[in-house]
Amino acid sequence: MTMAIQTKGVCMSFGALTVAEDINFELPVGARHALIGPNGAGKTTFVNLLTGRLKPTSGSVFLGGLDVTHLSQADRVKKGLGRTFQINTLFNKMSVLDNVCLSIAERENISNQFWSTAASQKRIIEESLELLNLLGISGDSKVLAKDLPYGKQRLVEMAIALGLKPKVLLLDEPAAGVPSVESHRILQAIDSLPSEIAIMIIEHDMDLVFKFAKKITVLVQGKVLCEGTPDEIANDRRVHQVYLGEGHE
Amino acid sequence: MDSFFASLISVAFHGLAYGMILYVISVGLSITMGLMGFTNLAHGVFAMAGGYVLVTSLSKFNIPFPLALFLSFSLIALVSVVLEKLLYQRLYGAIELEQVLLTIGIIYIGVACARLTFGTLQQPVVLPEYLRGQFSLLGRDFPAYRVFIICFSSLIIGGLWFGVERTIWGAMVRASVDHGAMAQSIGINTKRLFTITFALGSGMAGLGGALGADIVAIQPTYPLEQLVFFLIVVSVGGLGSLKGPFVAALLIGVTDTACKYWIPELGSFFIYIATIALLLWRPAGLFGKRS
Amino acid sequence: MSQHIGYSANARLRWTEVLPWVFSALVYYYLPEYLSLGARVLIYILFALSLDLIVGYSGIITLGHAAFFGVGAYTCGILSVRFHLTDPVLSLFISALVSAVLGLVTGAIILRTKRLTQLMLTLAIAALCLEVANKATNITGGADGLSGVSIAPIAGLFNFDMFGKTAFLWCLLVLFVGWYLVRRVIFSPFGASLTGIRENNLRMQAIGAGVYGKLMYVYTFSAALAGIAGALLTQTNQFVGLNVLGFEPSGELLVMLILGGVGRMYGAFVGPIVFLIAQDFLAKQFPEYWTLGIGVLLLFVVLFARGGILGMVDRILGLFKGSAK
Repeated sequence: MTMAIQTKGVCMSFGALTVAEDINFELPVGARHALIGPNGAGKTTFVNLLTGRLKPTSGSVFLGGLDVTHLSQADRVKKGLGRTFQINTLFNKMSVLDNVCLSIAERENISNQFWSTAASQKRIIEESLELLNLLGISGDSKVLAKDLPYGKQRLVEMAIALGLKPKVLLLDEPAAGVPSVESHRILQAIDSLPSEIAIMIIEHDMDLVFKFAKKITVLVQGKVLCEGTPDEIANDRRVHQVYLGEGHE
Repeated sequence: MDSFFASLISVAFHGLAYGMILYVISVGLSITMGLMGFTNLAHGVFAMAGGYVLVTSLSKFNIPFPLALFLSFSLIALVSVVLEKLLYQRLYGAIELEQVLLTIGIIYIGVACARLTFGTLQQPVVLPEYLRGQFSLLGRDFPAYRVFIICFSSLIIGGLWFGVERTIWGAMVRASVDHGAMAQSIGINTKRLFTITFALGSGMAGLGGALGADIVAIQPTYPLEQLVFFLIVVSVGGLGSLKGPFVAALLIGVTDTACKYWIPELGSFFIYIATIALLLWRPAGLFGKRS
Repeated sequence: MSQHIGYSANARLRWTEVLPWVFSALVYYYLPEYLSLGARVLIYILFALSLDLIVGYSGIITLGHAAFFGVGAYTCGILSVRFHLTDPVLSLFISALVSAVLGLVTGAIILRTKRLTQLMLTLAIAALCLEVANKATNITGGADGLSGVSIAPIAGLFNFDMFGKTAFLWCLLVLFVGWYLVRRVIFSPFGASLTGIRENNLRMQAIGAGVYGKLMYVYTFSAALAGIAGALLTQTNQFVGLNVLGFEPSGELLVMLILGGVGRMYGAFVGPIVFLIAQDFLAKQFPEYWTLGIGVLLLFVVLFARGGILGMVDRILGLFKGSAK
């Protein structure tokens, strides 16, 4: 069975600092996976390695069976990979509608059309509004992204990634620092995603992790500590040690 | 053959002097850009101002040469602090376009003031007696002033490198260049560090402009004409690095001198082409941080 | 900045957009002594539009845009003086092509680099072009420039008269076409994606956009437009000299654009109009103070009036709207 995304022996060092060590990772099609670990474990670095923002010092990354190790971020997105960022990475001086439309336009390959007007792209605008509606912010479609409160910005961050209709979705702390109304919407949106999409979440909120994930990977200091079902991880002594320190049995 | 060898030595010598001047002027730009992330295109104005201070001190006020050099450093450093507090500080977080525009505005003002105060002609440098004439070294004669430039610049550069490598200030600068937010969180007063470093870098530019007034003529068009060379030194050397721009400055100094001597029809053409080629090969510069 | 691009924008022509053309017609009929200044303004509006595409809409800062302007200007001059090719339309077309090729080559070099390096390279390329024009005296006339550039009548009918009437109308026509093309691009999905690149390059990559490719397109197009503007200048003055190259015209253009308002198309109209008219009256009398004034103006705009003249107009209108409520 071809994995949605897979890494073999991925290592990453900056000089003497090793941030990823021999990571072998598999995300099957339709996965509901969580990546957890203490701060500085290298979780975001790993996502950057998966998406191509960083190139590994050694090892390979596979997307749907295809070796994408030397492909750029944009190329990997075209092959079905989507992500959100830990820090809101939006088009600040553009409207919420534009933020999502840009994403859909890229997916539909109309973003290089220079003769037609953007405003006449009815299909794209409609789809964008539907997506915003799903996340409950269609009323803010004309607001500039920078003028939104943090929680709503996080929803826009999510909408941009969803607009790509990716086959693999990597979410970096999607609900971190988000008020409950918006985080509820984010979780609902994730739940409503088609089951064929492989989803991996980086999270610190253990309630969310245990509710969402069918499988969990624990990353510590750039190395995979262990992998397993939520029950297995919850009962794993090593995980307890890492999070709570020695002496907690 | 001997005359070719002689011209080779001469080119190397003059190139070395020019390169050192370029470095003394540009190193401040490299550090402040690496430290503050602020695109200061007006750096050449400081160099020019230093040159004017020297020339005016020597010819109008008959100030002795060493004192005049000291003034070129300190007056410019002082002025730069004032400018930093009044203008630069407001744009530290701003987008690059605004920083570029601000500093271009400062260039225009500097150029206009120079023209209004001193006229458009090149300023002649009245060197003290003991620095004129020839200096004999290994059976060859070299202009004494150029020898002085090389020796004095080496001292300044040595002092700078020592300061950055061995002092607390230097450690703070290196830490802040590496990771500004981290440096702040361990208590480094980055604001004050910026001001001090900016003053030092601008003062050095003033000193370099003054020292090199004999090689790169002091005239109102100075900041615009020389800007591209300072930027080349910093980009080719690598932003925020200390040793990189040194190598770059020497390379440019020698290459430019060689071209002007042997292929004057090309002028600075070769330097621009070489810079483009080099940056295509190594986009972060020779010693720059590769992200 | 008013949201006038993208998917939520209204691309229909607003009544205010007709004003520049009405204004030009008025100038033609009622101010015939100012037609040569007028033509110069029209040329610089086209030049400024080309710069706004890359600085305002795509977020690429360049200090050497005059390289394309100058290359276009010299191509037109060289075609006429050295090759006796004087048809104005053909000469514009070839100048655009040559500038576009230069844009393609230099774009490939600079668009992959970051910040300071990119800025420096734009300066270096502009300095390079100036150096070439200065030294290749046989072709370019060196420091003396190329004079006696003759232009054939447009479509065989309209002669370039000495009152500058034909030149003015010719520049107006070319500007109109250029403006129309630029406006189409700005309101298109491509234009929206350019603004996306300016706003967040990383995010554009993360949604699969070929950022480098898009920037190459717009940079080449902008170079072609600037080249056309340069060629127009040569056709209008029947002369081309070194002052079309280097930092000076590049810096001036940047000032004009900032003065009018960057990233909003009509800033490229307002800026050159105000700047060139002021320059015509003031710079000749007090050249030193003119440079000083420009410097102070830049500081003022950057510190207090970031949107330029149009930005201030927006704010004043906003006050009125606010008090009307």
